[in-house]
Amino acid sequence: MRLLALGLAALALAAPALASQERPTLSELESEVICPTCKSTLDQSSSPIASRMRAFISTRIAAGDSKQQIKDALVAEFGQAVLAAPPKEGFNLLAWLIPLALLAGGGIAVTLAARRWRVSASEAQSRVPPLDPKAEARLDDELRSFDA
Amino acid sequence: MKRASQVLAVGVVVAMFGLLAWRLVDKAEGGAASALREGKLVDAPGFTLPRLDRPGELSLASLRGKIVVLNFWASWCQPCKEETPLLDRAWRTYRNRGVVVLGVDARDFRGDARRFIRKYGITYPVVHDAKGSTLADYELTGFPETFIVGRDGRLLEHFAGAVSAQELGSGIERALARR
Repeated sequence: MRLLALGLAALALAAPALASQERPTLSELESEVICPTCKSTLDQSSSPIASRMRAFISTRIAAGDSKQQIKDALVAEFGQAVLAAPPKEGFNLLAWLIPLALLAGGGIAVTLAARRWRVSASEAQSRVPPLDPKAEARLDDELRSFDA
Repeated sequence: MKRASQVLAVGVVVAMFGLLAWRLVDKAEGGAASALREGKLVDAPGFTLPRLDRPGELSLASLRGKIVVLNFWASWCQPCKEETPLLDRAWRTYRNRGVVVLGVDARDFRGDARRFIRKYGITYPVVHDAKGSTLADYELTGFPETFIVGRDGRLLEHFAGAVSAQELGSGIERALARR
């Protein structure tokens, strides 16, 4: 039952992504494509080449191209730098994996350091010598005098 | 173990600072336009790019021995439209005297650039720099910009923005007068 629910949830999440790949919108692509003259995404740019690129994307969407086909066409014209995010394949995969690896490494390092600090703190606590009975009696007297 | 990780951490920090310093120095050196402005004699940065006016490629090195009027343009650039007839006239006037006008179309759709070539009747060779790799080398700040390269491959003149007939004519004549 739990597996079925998980499967349905995955399907519900995957369906819009698949639809976006097959039937992209201009606004989606505008945020994923860089204007080559101003180095910002198309939705942030009003330069002549950005307008021309928007027109190109609209034409390709109307022709029924998928998001990947449109991106491939733009890369063929302007190179990989036209994509706001590098493709998740080949050498570019490193751009996605390295931050994740660093994040995981940082998490492990923090966990290990926290564990070490906790162990050394409890060791330090256990190393505290017991109070001398005379000093303890004096402390109790002084505390009693405070209460009085 | 602790000592090794300390050494490694210091090494990484030093390497990062080194990289930053190298990047700053590298950037401060500037491109071809800065060197020319400072009166330095520098080689025109080389390139080999696909042609737009016909199949094949063209390299700047293959034009050594000729004076090259190197014009950077794009079809969406308004001043380029006004400048193009003047460049084509210069090409037709000076080509028999060892002068080549070479257009470099960048940050542009190839289809748009080809339409521009047809519309404005460009007869000089035009190459397409899809990735804009030449722009940083020549330190371009916009379109159009024009450089004149001497017979020895050195940069002689730079015109930022649309070049006038008078500027272009006298620039070419100065280059021709150099021996």
